[in-house]
Amino acid sequence: MISMKNVYKKYPNGIVAANGINVEIKQGEFVYVVGPSGAGKSTFIKMMYREERPTSGDIVVNGINLAKLKSKKVPYLRRQIGVVFQDFKLLPRLNVFENVAFALEVIEESPKVIRKRVMEVLDLVGLKHKARMFPTELSGGEQQRVSIARSIVNIPKVMIADEPTGNLDPETSWDIMNLFEEINRRGTTIIMATHNKEIVNTIKHRVIAVEGGLVVRDEVGGDYGYES
Amino acid sequence: MKARTLGRHFRESFKSLGRNSWMTFASASAVTVTLLLVGVFVMIMMNLNKVADDLEKDVEIKVLLELTADDAAAAQLEKEIKEVDGVATVVYSTKEAELEDLIKDFGATMGLSDQNNPLRAAYYVKAENPQETEKVAQRINRLKNTYSVEYGEGKIEKLFSFLNVARNIGLGLILALLFTAMFLISNTIRITIVARRREIEIMKLVGATNWFVRIPFVLEGMWIGILGAIMPITLVTLLYYNLYEMVQPYLKGELFNLLPLTPFLYQVNGLILMMGIFIGVWGSFMSVRKFLRV
Ligand SMILES: Nc1ncnc2c1ncn2[C@@H]1O[C@H](COP(=O)(O)OP(=O)(O)OP(=O)(O)O)[C@@H](O)[C@H]1O
Ligand SMILES: [Mg+2]
Repeated sequence: MISMKNVYKKYPNGIVAANGINVEIKQGEFVYVVGPSGAGKSTFIKMMYREERPTSGDIVVNGINLAKLKSKKVPYLRRQIGVVFQDFKLLPRLNVFENVAFALEVIEESPKVIRKRVMEVLDLVGLKHKARMFPTELSGGEQQRVSIARSIVNIPKVMIADEPTGNLDPETSWDIMNLFEEINRRGTTIIMATHNKEIVNTIKHRVIAVEGGLVVRDEVGGDYGYES
Repeated sequence: MKARTLGRHFRESFKSLGRNSWMTFASASAVTVTLLLVGVFVMIMMNLNKVADDLEKDVEIKVLLELTADDAAAAQLEKEIKEVDGVATVVYSTKEAELEDLIKDFGATMGLSDQNNPLRAAYYVKAENPQETEKVAQRINRLKNTYSVEYGEGKIEKLFSFLNVARNIGLGLILALLFTAMFLISNTIRITIVARRREIEIMKLVGATNWFVRIPFVLEGMWIGILGAIMPITLVTLLYYNLYEMVQPYLKGELFNLLPLTPFLYQVNGLILMMGIFIGVWGSFMSVRKFLRV
């Protein structure tokens, strides 16, 4: 499903954020990516949907070799991957409904289906009543939930979430985790970077720990392993 | 692309115009100013050109025949003139006709009459290219049985060089104006788009293709171009209509005239509209281009 071989990433400023990463993730897995701030978790994740390109090494996602993928084809890769961004990345001029609908508009879904699907996922994340509001009118947690809704609206094969509970209160965090579990049960692979010790230790899944751009631990059913 | 996606792009472009009303206004104003300048300029240039053409068309060579030339020799000369390089038309005028013209112009006071006619028969020759008149005249002058060749020497050379300079300056100014306009407008549009750089990035990250991002921007540029063309079209129409009505009566019977309202206003306004659209579309297209590499 996702495979990385000797992936190395050096940013233009000289920082090495991935220093030879080797990882295999199978279809349907649920993977936590943990590690201290600045360890390279986001970089690791961003390379999977080509927001960042590795300096060297091979990445294959869904059978697509990202090194060989032409820029023109990148949108089609991204449509197979739902991403919850650490900084939400909502379109400021679009309201909540339009933001979520955007992911379906790019695949030219019919307006009827779009209406139905968008309202369903907004209901799931508990924001149906705020569909007409703009991102600036929402709290951080609410924006995060819009980002989650957008990432799942077209039922992607892979879901990548960068600290999806970072801005949520404990109760909403658990609601979101239940949602992720449900999505995962339907067969979607989930890769989630998180600092939430309680969640990792309670809902057990595979844990990949990254430090200094290296995978230092890869353990199915592992603990969070850091003091939070 | 499905039709409904195109519909979506149109809706988005309108929405964006409204939600960025201040930028829409700024860009459309930039378009308005330039198109107005260009419109007025084209109006002046095209009329100047028309006047020049009219004046040029009037330039002709008068070939006087030797008195000794009989009808056969005259016919021979006509044949030869027609064969000269660059000759368009040749009209014969007998010495009686010449006299009539003279009497018409100056009255019968000089005691000239058909019985006492010192004038010569003449050929009136027009050059295919009026600017070549001098050369053609010289060629004709070499033929047998020509007494003299007149074409307003000196005067017309001055006219031609004046018209040529005027045309070139005009063309240069229009081109310079166009480039300034494009620069100005693509800059204005770029400011709008730089402000939306983040948006373009986000769109691409959630799976939009380049065209999906680009088309609404390009359409928006088109609307801005059209909005910017409304004022110039109105003003140029009013201006030229009034000018024409005012000046036209004085030019009746003159050698030159202004361009008539009907095809001309459509042409100028069509040009203004096309240029507005082109500038808007081109400006958006170029500005959005470099932000698509996400
Ligand atoms: N666009 C960039 N340009 C240059 N350096 C970057 C860039 N993005 C990240 N880095 C650097 O790469 C390293 C890893 O960053 P990354 O965002 O992957 O960390 P992280 O593990 O996600 O941290 P956090 O838990 O705080 O989100 C950091 O030292 C950071 O400064
Ligand atoms: Mg991060």
